[in-house]
Amino acid sequence: MPLHASQQVRPSASTKPWLARHRWLLLRRTSQLGTLALFMLPPLFGVWIVTGNLSSSMTLDVLPLTDPLLLAQSMLSGNWPATTGLIGAALVLAFYAVVGGRVFCSFVCPVNLITDFAAWVRRRLGIKAGGRLSRNLRWWLLALVMLLPALTGAMVWEYLNPVSMLHRGLIFGGVWGLGWAWLLIGAVFLYDLLIVPRGWCGHLCPMGTCYALIGTKAPVHVAAPARERCDDCMDCFNVCPEPQVIKPALRGAHAGHGPVIDSIDCTKCGRCIEVCDRDVFGFTLGRVDANGVLARDARTAAVANAKRAA
Amino acid sequence: MSSLGRKHDRSRRDFITGVAKTAAGVGLIGLGLGLYSQRAASLPAWALRPPGALPEDDFDGACIRCGLCVRDCPFDMLHLARFGQDIPTGTPYFIARDAGCEMCEDIPCIKACPTNALDHGLTDINDADMGLAIVSDQDACIAFQGLRCEVCFNICPIRGEAITLEYRHNERSGKHALFIPVVHANHCTGCGKCEEACILEEAAIKVLPRHLIQGKLGEHYRLGWEQQHEAGGALVTPDAQHRYNLPEGMRYDHGGEGLIEDKAEVPFSDNPLDTLNRGGAL
Repeated sequence: MPLHASQQVRPSASTKPWLARHRWLLLRRTSQLGTLALFMLPPLFGVWIVTGNLSSSMTLDVLPLTDPLLLAQSMLSGNWPATTGLIGAALVLAFYAVVGGRVFCSFVCPVNLITDFAAWVRRRLGIKAGGRLSRNLRWWLLALVMLLPALTGAMVWEYLNPVSMLHRGLIFGGVWGLGWAWLLIGAVFLYDLLIVPRGWCGHLCPMGTCYALIGTKAPVHVAAPARERCDDCMDCFNVCPEPQVIKPALRGAHAGHGPVIDSIDCTKCGRCIEVCDRDVFGFTLGRVDANGVLARDARTAAVANAKRAA
Repeated sequence: MSSLGRKHDRSRRDFITGVAKTAAGVGLIGLGLGLYSQRAASLPAWALRPPGALPEDDFDGACIRCGLCVRDCPFDMLHLARFGQDIPTGTPYFIARDAGCEMCEDIPCIKACPTNALDHGLTDINDADMGLAIVSDQDACIAFQGLRCEVCFNICPIRGEAITLEYRHNERSGKHALFIPVVHANHCTGCGKCEEACILEEAAIKVLPRHLIQGKLGEHYRLGWEQQHEAGGALVTPDAQHRYNLPEGMRYDHGGEGLIEDKAEVPFSDNPLDTLNRGGAL
């Protein structure tokens, strides 16, 4: 049986130049590695711009940034944080509330490098097999992660959290700093590669889930304004870490769904934008109504309808 | 029942089983995590927390493992525990023998802490409680052999208070003193400098978590001399003035010269027989 276009390993028959097809990816990798590099400057070169790690950091002695989920766990264990911690968490909350929570996942989180790599290998080797896991599981996990400190008084998730472990390990000891944590990272990789596609970030990670919640009302969205140009090549679905979010925006026209990807799961990584030969996708700014229509578009449409009726 | 109703029924049943499955799975994960954290949360006695650290149980909940204290320590003596180490993963610690706390007056590690896991209420480093030193091996410590060392005494940041020297008679030589280091629990901050500096191959003075080694006098004890001092006098019937029954012309100066003979008042004749013949008290 001939493979459907969506199942084929990319033959790279694209008409777009390589750079155009990878600009967001390059930006993201620069952002991810740059963040890591900034944190590693103090130990390696004694350059004190950013200290700490993603759990909490201090930039140039003035800008505190704190992971809200971690601080929440700390507070749920019955502890009142210092002012810098509270300010830091508020700043992070505000930032991701505006740009979209899961931008953390796609532009900052170091584990994204691992899981993207797993997905890439998966595509290259054409590994189709994979178990299915409920995407709701991560909500349960998030609740668990918040509940355990309240019940036990200990920050239980931090004993296993591969996200903070990878980042902290690299910063506080380089490649060898992770020690046994490499096993955990390897487990995440193999799990994504062989067991559940995009299984860690999209199905389990409580941090990503928390950031998704934070970005619920963010005005930054990926949208498919030129969705009528789509030729069903499936490139976007293949490359997207959360492919379920694309469908309503791309193919929901008949169901009355607007072109905006309004799911909080979208990591706004921009891969769909750049892999699309027909430039169907792009970033948009603005409030979105329940049907994935930009509020201002809805208003314009309403005005037009009213005029037509008149 | 209509076929639509049955369909509804089935989807509801599927939904409920689905939720129950997930809940059971997540419950198991939670149980596993909880049990694992119980084991992983124990701090070994050789690892000490930075100054101002909350009691270990609270610390484990409050610390978000950011390492800002580690970075802000000017002496680079703090570390973050790695996964697989015996110390709770990602939390800061130091090992006294490798490098003790230098007890900076401005305590930068506490200032850097965003969570109060290192208590910002601690402003005087001399009130820090990272552990307690103990001279753990008197046979190995060379001070007990009569050799001069006093390194722990001299390096102590609260010199003369947390560790003092007690002079003892050297029985072996018969004429020298032993300079014995004595740790005072109410002054020692557990900084670990003494253990770091101990000249032995294996330190004979060690810093351990305070709860492991500090003693506590029963609440019912009343130290009479202290109560007397506080009250400014005896609380029970006053002591009778002590009197010495000494021969005429002699006094006893307690805590001073000792026995004093008032020679002027005891005229002795040049002839010792006069004294013998005089009879009675001298």
